[in-house]
Amino acid sequence: MSAALGAPRIPRLPWREIVFWVVLATGFWLWPKHLALASQVLIAGLFTLSYDLILGYSGILSLGHAAYFGLGAYAAGLLAQRGWGEPLSGLLAAGACAGFAGFLTGFLVVRGQDLTRLMVTTAIGLLLFELANKLSSVTGGVDGLLGIEMKPLLGVFRFDIYGRTAYGYCLAVTFLLFLGVRRIVHSPFGWSLRGMRDNPGRMLALGYPVSRRLIAVYTLAAAIAGISGALLAQTTQFVSIDVFSFGRSADVMVMLIVGGAGVLYGGLVGAAVFTLAYHYLSALNPVYWQFWLGAFLIAIVLMGRGGVLGAWTRVVNTLREWRGEAAAQP
Amino acid sequence: MIASLLGVLFDGLAYGMLLFLVGVGLSVTLGLMNFVNLAHGAFGMLGGYLCVLAMARWNIPFLAALPLAFVVSALVGLLFERLLFRRLYRRSHLDQVLLTIGLTFMAIAAATFAFGPQQQAMQLPEYLSGQLNVVGVDLNIYRVFLLALGAVLVVALTLVVERTRFGAAVRAAVDNARVAEALGIRVGLVFQIALAAGCGLAGLGGALGVEVLGLDPLFPLKYMVYFLLVVAVGGTTTLKGPLYAALLLGVADVAGKYYIPQAGAFIIYAVMVILLIVRPQGLVSRS
Repeated sequence: MSAALGAPRIPRLPWREIVFWVVLATGFWLWPKHLALASQVLIAGLFTLSYDLILGYSGILSLGHAAYFGLGAYAAGLLAQRGWGEPLSGLLAAGACAGFAGFLTGFLVVRGQDLTRLMVTTAIGLLLFELANKLSSVTGGVDGLLGIEMKPLLGVFRFDIYGRTAYGYCLAVTFLLFLGVRRIVHSPFGWSLRGMRDNPGRMLALGYPVSRRLIAVYTLAAAIAGISGALLAQTTQFVSIDVFSFGRSADVMVMLIVGGAGVLYGGLVGAAVFTLAYHYLSALNPVYWQFWLGAFLIAIVLMGRGGVLGAWTRVVNTLREWRGEAAAQP
Repeated sequence: MIASLLGVLFDGLAYGMLLFLVGVGLSVTLGLMNFVNLAHGAFGMLGGYLCVLAMARWNIPFLAALPLAFVVSALVGLLFERLLFRRLYRRSHLDQVLLTIGLTFMAIAAATFAFGPQQQAMQLPEYLSGQLNVVGVDLNIYRVFLLALGAVLVVALTLVVERTRFGAAVRAAVDNARVAEALGIRVGLVFQIALAAGCGLAGLGGALGVEVLGLDPLFPLKYMVYFLLVVAVGGTTTLKGPLYAALLLGVADVAGKYYIPQAGAFIIYAVMVILLIVRPQGLVSRS
């Protein structure tokens, strides 16, 4: 695209975003006792970020995204169990594996409309869960994969019991992939995705290869989901078929909606709110947790979406207006 | 061999009839209002628990508990339509999915809280239990009853849809809601009644299915795919479509579990993916 047409520019990281990541990086000292939980938040955040690419930016309704998370987790877990304990190559292999699965299934997913997509993705998710369940000699079934041993990260940092290495590892991977996703959504490709979400017919008429681009973004999202699954397998050194569960697919949708869909930080914020709420509330009573989660979802839908970040923007705008009015008054 | 084949066919048909009863209401919501209701199975669960509760606690006979399950489920469906669903007809499918998943979660939690996570058992009346030997094949009497009742309901439904004024209004609204509205048909009202009937049938199906489908708090999630499949394969413009789809699905599932037990539910999901590949637009489209 020529400069005269005004190719979208990728904004540099503004100070607010820098502060966000610096705070996360100081987590080693800010919440040293909760690093394991913080790693879970980051993994869920990365997973939700990948889901944001397909639901938030491209409008693909999916209830089976856990399929790719699970594939990545099992790829990394099985590699480590069979003796390939080097984390980074395992991570890449898991991402490639999930991405390949995403590419293959992408053709099926992008063909239909909302409802068909919903059903195809749900079916793919359930299919993989069922497959993993039946192949319990390989996957370990509900008992999980035992004997995963990770080599030190970069040959230097051992995965310690306090989760310091795990936290640093998750943070670094999440940050790098976040930068990549940020670049993509601000690119012409990213803007065309939003166009296809809002009006696929018009984008087709404008000559955009809608299906191909949707498959591309679906593949990318699957690969990132696979990497987040691999992070879970490597840092907890455990995988069970729970990674494929329907609940995980539904949870990622909830996390994104809680945080705000189609916003870069929506996934991370939503995952943090959701994971922390789950950690503290479901400890009280898992049945209540599910009930209030359902009630919360209904409330979100009835009160208008946008999630935490949407609500924040509304508050800021109201304050600004109010201030503007106050300034206009003599 | 032949006997087992017939047995599987018979069990599958009874199973499919239940899937039809619970799922047919979904074709109304999807076909008439284009509303994605993932919580539809919850009405089946409601009917199931009502029936179990009515028989065990209040000593209501089985045949009287069935209409009770129908009526209460229909009323609850109507209530939800007025309170929640109608706010979302013009909203995106994502909003509908979120709301109905929320409802499903709440239903599961409420059922777990009230009845515990275990499977519910039901004591069938004597005249419905036992086997019936027909030309060398042992038929479960309850399943014969299911098939007979299902056939009666299908005939009644068909008559209502094809012979009555209300049925004509429903068909008109499904074909083209805007024109139907312009012709003076109160599409909103037609939809409410159809939805209530659909939820009632789901409740009835759930009550009848305690013995066959099982009943525990995860019922709405476990069968969600099956109900969606009934509508997806059968379409929403006729009654016959979902019926054939449900019967086919029932036989395929029972046969799969009987002959290839190690594959489990795998077959049904694979069938679903393949069907959706073959007919990607086959859901609510009216060609």
